[in-house]
Order: sequence, then C-alpha cells, then structure tokens
Amino acid sequence: MLSTTFKGRMSMCGGLTICLIMLISTTAHGQDKPYFVTYSHDLEEPGNLEIETKTALARPDGGNNYGATAMELEYGTRAWWTTELYLDGQATSQDSTLFTGFRLENRVRPLMRDHAVNPVLYVEYENTSGADKTILEVVGHDGQADLAGPNGESRKEHQHEAELKLILSSNVRDWNISENFISEKDLGHDPWEFGYAVGVTRPLKSAASGHTCTFCAEKFTAGAEAYGGLGDTFALTMRDTSHYIAPLLGWQLPKGARLSFSPGFGLTDTSLARVYRVGLAFEFEQVGNWFHPSQGIASSKGGNQ
Amino acid sequence: MIRRIPAIFALLLCVAISLAAATSSRWLHVPEKDHARSNPLPANAETQAAGALVYRDRCMQCHKADAMGDGHKRPALRSDRIRTASDGDIEWFLRQGDIGHGMPSWSSLPEAQRWQIVAWLRSIQ
Repeated sequence: MLSTTFKGRMSMCGGLTICLIMLISTTAHGQDKPYFVTYSHDLEEPGNLEIETKTALARPDGGNNYGATAMELEYGTRAWWTTELYLDGQATSQDSTLFTGFRLENRVRPLMRDHAVNPVLYVEYENTSGADKTILEVVGHDGQADLAGPNGESRKEHQHEAELKLILSSNVRDWNISENFISEKDLGHDPWEFGYAVGVTRPLKSAASGHTCTFCAEKFTAGAEAYGGLGDTFALTMRDTSHYIAPLLGWQLPKGARLSFSPGFGLTDTSLARVYRVGLAFEFEQVGNWFHPSQGIASSKGGNQ
Repeated sequence: MIRRIPAIFALLLCVAISLAAATSSRWLHVPEKDHARSNPLPANAETQAAGALVYRDRCMQCHKADAMGDGHKRPALRSDRIRTASDGDIEWFLRQGDIGHGMPSWSSLPEAQRWQIVAWLRSIQ
C-alpha cells in the first residue's frame, strides 16, 4: 500500500505540472511513439518544444514503493538535430522526496534521406545521484538492489556519466521497428557498461477520419519494447543483468497532448517484478517565433484562418 | 593569378546555376517507380476532409492555414511546383522530407495519411 503522504506528494507535483503546461499549450502534434526507453529515428520538428514527463512506479524487493519522474524538455534545433534536457526527481514511500539530477542529450541524424534502416547518433551527459530511479535505460548489471536503498544513503553517491547510443530505426508499412545499442561510461574509474532496447509500434488505424475526434482508432498507437543490460567491460556477461518486456499504449489527445502507458515485467531475478510507466507530453509549436514578435503575429494569424 | 580570376568566376557561376537548377527540379530526384504512382485513395470529399485535418495537425504550423507558407523558408503549397508534380512525387517528398533544409521526413505517418494530404493539396490548387 502506498502511504497517504507519498500519494499526496506525487499527485500534487503531477497536478501542478499538468495545470501549468495546459495553461500555455498550443496545438501541435509530434511524431513520437509511446516508447519509454527505446528511441526511434523521429526527431523533434525544428523550432518546436516538447515537454514530457515520464514517471516510473515500482517497488524493489526489500525497498519501498516509489515514483520517479523525469521531466524532459525536447527542442528541435534542426530537422536533423534534437537537443534535450531532463530533470529527474523521485518520491519514496516512508522516506523522502528529492531532486536527483539532470541529463543533457543530443540526437543527430547523419543521413538526410529516409532509408530502410535509419541511424541516429545519441550523446548524453548525466549528472545524477545514486537515488535516481527513473530507469530511462538499463545497462551493465543494473538491478533492483540499486533502487532499494534509503534515499539518505543513495543520494550521497554522485554519478557523472557519458552515454552513447546507436539508434537504428525503420518504418515498414505502418510499423516502426527500432533497435538501440547503449554504452555508458562513468567519468570516474568505472568500466564501460552496455545495454540494449528494442521496440515495435503501430497505430491502430492507418487512415485518418474525416472529422475531429478524440477516441478514434487512429489516435491510439500500440506496441511493445524490451530492454536490458549486457554487462560491462569487467564482466561482459548476461549474469546478474536485468531484462524487461513492456507492452505500450499511446493516445494522442487534443491540444497537442499525448498520454502513454506501459506496464513492464521483469524477466530475471535481478529485475524489478513490475514497473508501471506513465508519460504525458505537450508540444509547443515554433517557440523560436515567441521571441520574434513579427513572425509570431504572422503565425497566429495563419492559425486563426 | 589575374588571368585565373575569370576562370574562378565562371566556375562559381556554374556552381550557382547548378544549385539553382537542382533546387527548382526537386522532382527529378524522385525514383521513376514513385513518380508513376497515383493516389490509391478516392478523390472524394471524405478523403480531402481527412487530409485537411492531418494537414492542420502536422503541416499548418510551418506552411500556414492557407498553405501559402511564410514567404521565406516555408514555401507555399499552392504553387506550380505542386500543380506540375505527380501524386507519387508529392507522397515521396512527404516521406523523404528535405531534412537539410528544415522539412522533416514524414515516413512515421501512416502511408494512408500521406495520401490523404496529397488529396487535400490537389483540392486546394
């Protein structure tokens, strides 16, 4: 059972965030799939800003229920280059609520044409504490034991990490198939750690309806992703690694909002038994124009026609 | 060195003309197989209405509600370039985008929705 204090903190933070974002949201629809760990080759449209919260809810063996949220600010710098800032935090039942760090990430698409397999290069710098529980990737020998310690202890551990990913992604008919190869290096003396994520999604209906709707089948995307660790350079083995499989469901809401849900199931003893993920995204179109009044006015006139 | 100046000038002129030609003949890059494709969806009001909604959600932020662009980097879609293109040319371009010049690839859209956009663009010319 979740404690009343814990539930109160989570719902208050979530409610405030959603209210703030809805107040200023405008209509725009990103191309994103409902993946939580896997990346496809979709990049943010140039000039657009997407704000997304990705929340993971779980209970590790020997630990308490927790909710960890990563707030993601994703900006389309160019059609081939997307920049992101993540702000991470978590609340643990019968423990505390704390900010756990930030991540800076860039994704670059080296090929300007669409191919059967589209590569994207991903570079990230992480400055987080050991109390970070967002599970945005699983590498090395990551396991549920890392998530079970009290916040007072785990927050003392500081992680400065660089992460590189090779993202390969294909759109075949209306399916998206994505594979990610992950390598992560603590900038101290820890070894390189490796991981993977693979995913597949498809909209429930291909053609759009000729009328505005919220519950039409084409507004929903379903799929699944699998992810896990592949050991590190000290022990390049699958022993004591975590692996998950997670069905996905995404719902494109009005006003440029998108809701995603995914129950994940651990496949090894090292993994969490279950992890529930909820994502809520809002996209803001052409935020660069907000700082150029003449273009902003032209844009809003166009939008009202 | 002075004798080389006309040659360098001529070379730059050739490059500029080639670039201009490449820009204006975008459809020359479309593979023959794609160029020959016609819209598999019926050109009726329902298809066009659906295309208008997809356009509103995906394209309008750049190309504006009247599809006339911004007169600068975001080109008008009521133009000779669209009128003279085949259905397959437009669908191919939507799928490929022009990533180097700011137009995203819309290969992630279901194919049927790209054809619905094509039908709507035809209807507004």
